[in-house]
Amino acid sequence: MGEPSFLFGQFVSGLTTAMFLFLIASGLSLIFGVLRVLNFAHGSFYMLGAYTAWQLVQWLGPRTERFWLAALGAALVVAVLGALVERLLLRHLYRREELYQLLFTYGVVLVLGDLARFVWGTQQLSTPRPPSLDGALSLFGVQIPYYSLFIMALGPLIAVAFWWLLQRSGAGRMIRAAALDREMLMALGADTGWIYTGMFALGSFFAGLGGALVTPVRAVVPGMDVEIIVEAFVVVVIGGLGSLWGTFLGALLFGQVLAFGILVFPRFSIFAAFALMAAVLIVRPWGLFGKPLK
Amino acid sequence: MKPLRANLSRVPWVLVVCLAIAWVPWLGSRYATFLATDIVITALFACSLNLLLGSAGLVSFGHAAYFAAGAYACAILTKSHGLPFYAGLVAAPLLTAVLAAVFGFFCVRLTRIYFAMLTLAFAQIVWAICLKWNDVTGGEQGLPSVPQPDLAWMASLPLLAGLRPAEHFYLMALLIVGLCFGLLRMIGRSPFGRMLEVIRENRERAEFIGLDVRRYELAAFVLAGTFAGVAGALFGTFNRGVFPDFAYWSKSAEVLIMVILGGMGHFWGPAVGAATLLWLHQQITSYTQFWPFVLGTILIVLLFAFPGGMVGALDALRRRILGRPRA
Repeated sequence: MGEPSFLFGQFVSGLTTAMFLFLIASGLSLIFGVLRVLNFAHGSFYMLGAYTAWQLVQWLGPRTERFWLAALGAALVVAVLGALVERLLLRHLYRREELYQLLFTYGVVLVLGDLARFVWGTQQLSTPRPPSLDGALSLFGVQIPYYSLFIMALGPLIAVAFWWLLQRSGAGRMIRAAALDREMLMALGADTGWIYTGMFALGSFFAGLGGALVTPVRAVVPGMDVEIIVEAFVVVVIGGLGSLWGTFLGALLFGQVLAFGILVFPRFSIFAAFALMAAVLIVRPWGLFGKPLK
Repeated sequence: MKPLRANLSRVPWVLVVCLAIAWVPWLGSRYATFLATDIVITALFACSLNLLLGSAGLVSFGHAAYFAAGAYACAILTKSHGLPFYAGLVAAPLLTAVLAAVFGFFCVRLTRIYFAMLTLAFAQIVWAICLKWNDVTGGEQGLPSVPQPDLAWMASLPLLAGLRPAEHFYLMALLIVGLCFGLLRMIGRSPFGRMLEVIRENRERAEFIGLDVRRYELAAFVLAGTFAGVAGALFGTFNRGVFPDFAYWSKSAEVLIMVILGGMGHFWGPAVGAATLLWLHQQITSYTQFWPFVLGTILIVLLFAFPGGMVGALDALRRRILGRPRA
């Protein structure tokens, strides 16, 4: 199979992939958990985050610490867009069957994908790493870029922040109530409409942030939206739709299956990921940590 | 008003439209025949999906898997193994039926959104296999130059002698698709088809009166997969090549859009949707490369303004003009 340092390298690369994916999949899972909508457009928000961040970095000046400002700005832009999509369009489809909601978000994928192609063209774009994270740590004979370490730390941090928001804060109590019984909450006088909009915007924010943070590592190209949504989808389904820790575990599993799958079946690592998803769906349709639908 | 309504309903519309469609090769335009072949085959694909969506109310987000499996099976048999086209055309749907039976066995145990997700997962597995199994499927390049059947015998028939090979292929495809449409119509009107509607309308009640709901759904799944396989086999041969894109989820979404566009509540809806979408695609791509943008916009407008699709909207219009509906 290879030397220990090589295996460790695979493990680290799997972990980085996993934490990137968690950033995006957590929003997808959150939106499903509250709104019961499977949002195909989540990948498009990720892509828009990446393009917007690239644009802001060009304006603010590359190779400076203003990268962080650009990333935050991009995430905010995407959050506002998400709020608009939910407020103006999606909410009118809640009463319809799932098929219409699914196809609506698919329509958004098509429109945003082409808009990005129209504005930014088809060439590959990328931003340099911020200077503070330029460089790498040497650990067990593996070079781990500081930037990857940052991403690996950010993943669990965001998971804990989400957990705190949902389980320990006042807003979280409202959100959980909205997910459990929307009508009851409305009858009690809460404005559930804004909870839905807020959750959609928050999920979109993390999609945008994920997209912005990925620009120093991966090329920004058309098609990145569809690629990531399929992966995020697998992660969320494995972990259980709507479950935060399930999504975390799903992302870890997915990253490792991808990293080590390449060693076992050189050409079939994507296959292994989808097979894992199908296997989970067959045994536990609601995922490892999810709950069955009513 | 009454005479108009009586006269309109006396016209055998299906026959008139069939004759008009069969007339296309005599227009003499290669382009018209090409587009018509594409439409006819895709219409079968869309109609096979509607057996699940319209009749049984099951949202499959992975129907392209069976289309692709049929296309690959036929292409591999005819190209790599040198079998005649007709052998491929028979073997492909048999294979997709088996595939749909295996996948469907697991899918029908889930409901609603989980059903849609599992169908999507299985379709992505088929796509991954098509993409990566280089020795058999040709990998990313797919299988180009799939042989077309020798239809020279058609030239010896009266009326057909002056036509080009592509037009012979069109007529053959039309014949096969027509047969499949007849079968699908029979299935829809049979007691089996009625039972599917019962399940769609009220699943619990269907279970209550003793129906084995899952078995009915599995049967519908297998039938839908089989007809998608026929469409795939025809399309791969018509296209002279099969590619991994055939199984990708965007293809599954595209055929869903066709069904919704035409109207899933009507037998001919998917065919109308397929024809409209493919025609629009040809028209719009000659003006702009931003076809997905147009498609996305059409889809969103459709979902908000015409949830019943084109046939549904026409039906409502007809009722308004001609007075009360019959049923």
